[in-house]
Amino acid sequence: MTRRSTTLTLGMGAVLIYFLFPLFWLVIAATKTTGDLFSTFGLWFAHDFSLFANIRETFTHNHGEYARWMANTLVYATVSALGASALATFAGYGFARYQFRGRSMMLGTVLGTIMVPTTALAIPTYLLFSKAALVNTPWAVILPSLVSPFGLFLMWVYARDAVSDTVLEAARIDGAGELAIFFRVVLRSLGPGFVTVLLFTLVATWNNYFLPLIMLNDPSYYPITVGLASWSAQAVGGSGANADLLACVVTGSLLSIIPLIAAFVLLQRYWQSGLSAGAVKE
Amino acid sequence: MTKRAGYVFVAPFMVFFLLLFLLPLGYAGYLSLFKDQLVGGTVFAGLANYSRALADDQLLHGVLRVGLFFLVQVPVMLLVSLGAALAIDSGLLRAARLFRLGVFLPYAVPSVVAALMWGYLYGPSFGPLAKLGFNPIGDTLMLPSLGNIVTWEFAGYNMIILYAALRTVPAERYEAAAMDGAGPWRTAWFIKIPALRPALLLCLVFSVIGSFQLFAEPKLIQSLAPTVITSSYTPNLYAYSLAFISQQVNYAAAVSFLLGFVILVVSYAVLLTASRSRR
Repeated sequence: MTRRSTTLTLGMGAVLIYFLFPLFWLVIAATKTTGDLFSTFGLWFAHDFSLFANIRETFTHNHGEYARWMANTLVYATVSALGASALATFAGYGFARYQFRGRSMMLGTVLGTIMVPTTALAIPTYLLFSKAALVNTPWAVILPSLVSPFGLFLMWVYARDAVSDTVLEAARIDGAGELAIFFRVVLRSLGPGFVTVLLFTLVATWNNYFLPLIMLNDPSYYPITVGLASWSAQAVGGSGANADLLACVVTGSLLSIIPLIAAFVLLQRYWQSGLSAGAVKE
Repeated sequence: MTKRAGYVFVAPFMVFFLLLFLLPLGYAGYLSLFKDQLVGGTVFAGLANYSRALADDQLLHGVLRVGLFFLVQVPVMLLVSLGAALAIDSGLLRAARLFRLGVFLPYAVPSVVAALMWGYLYGPSFGPLAKLGFNPIGDTLMLPSLGNIVTWEFAGYNMIILYAALRTVPAERYEAAAMDGAGPWRTAWFIKIPALRPALLLCLVFSVIGSFQLFAEPKLIQSLAPTVITSSYTPNLYAYSLAFISQQVNYAAAVSFLLGFVILVVSYAVLLTASRSRR
């Protein structure tokens, strides 16, 4: 078992090159001026190293809207992910550990909607929100992201296995209230499931494009995805005031992926065990 | 006592679910039964929007296109994911952790950024691929090129799910296989791949949803190839342009509703086929 295979390692090396190649290109491109992007070989550095000038330009272009978009994304993703995981954890535990009227009907309805695509909901949600004057506010992006039927499914399955009846009974005999039991005893054993749902929803809202695109008109509310797409659309127009914008799109793209990549590299142990929980329980 | 506690735990989720999931769904269904007229405003139209949608060539072509996309891209992606997961799990690789992280990394890249990057790589103005003498975003290669972007984004994510499932295969099965003299290839084929069935099914069902909802990638590549990617290239692009460009809100609601229905049907068909072939 322990003998290593050079052939397999080389083969996987080729696969790895495919996955890292666009990121390599992005790093190189972020060091170039817009002019050099067009005139120099794409996969190596140009004569001028303008990464720092590009970063400065990215953050100052149009009154520093890029920094604002990054902050928006951070807020939307954190609030949505924390809220969605908390709701799913509460409800998953409730469905797994309590008997009450309407339980199976409610659970069945939620699980039946796991495969309803969120984009099919986005347009009707937009229409409802525009009646409630929620369109073009941060709530328009955060509220729909709070409901995760798949998150509930994971937590329901997780809570069935991770919480033992004997522990619950012991706590009840001690006279602890149900909520106290949840926060003092149960929550700890639900931790890995909670982290899984948190990661799923964090990445989903961080990367979301369709929902904020239709919900938000005001660029000062844009998350980074919609902001970069709007810069890119202006850069393709490519003349006059926007001729130099391309370097900002490229540098802005690079900067925007650093936080999530850093988080994944640093938290390797956690997401790998977290995701495994999701895969194994199915 | 504990009965009421059950409601307390599920109530917050159920309230949000009702308001932000079932209500929009019901509202879409309701809207889809009306239509806007120049004279007389919004009038009840029965199922007219649906009969229009079923006869709508633009919608049909979009659905067929994402259907084809699903049939080709998803198997390719899952083969890459499966191969990578098996290779990393085999114990034959040097630096297996590096491979695991590197292949997974694109999952952390938003689809908008992925589409922008690949768009520049594909593009005619300074993309290195165009210099090789073919046009990845022309009429014939557009769909494979989009498939490449999606594969790049999600192969690593699926690999992690499969790899995690492989880690739970009980060690006794490997020991038994080793006693029978099975090498790494036979072990992978006869023990690992069968053990991966449920995880592969999970990946497959999520890929149905992903493929049929295709939006961000074609939307961003559109500016590079406006004649190839029309406003109805995928059903989701079509629903978007119906609602926000041509302001046909009621028809857009019917299209969204139908698209959701198609995804449900295909997902359940996948599940059913898989559970039947298991027997």
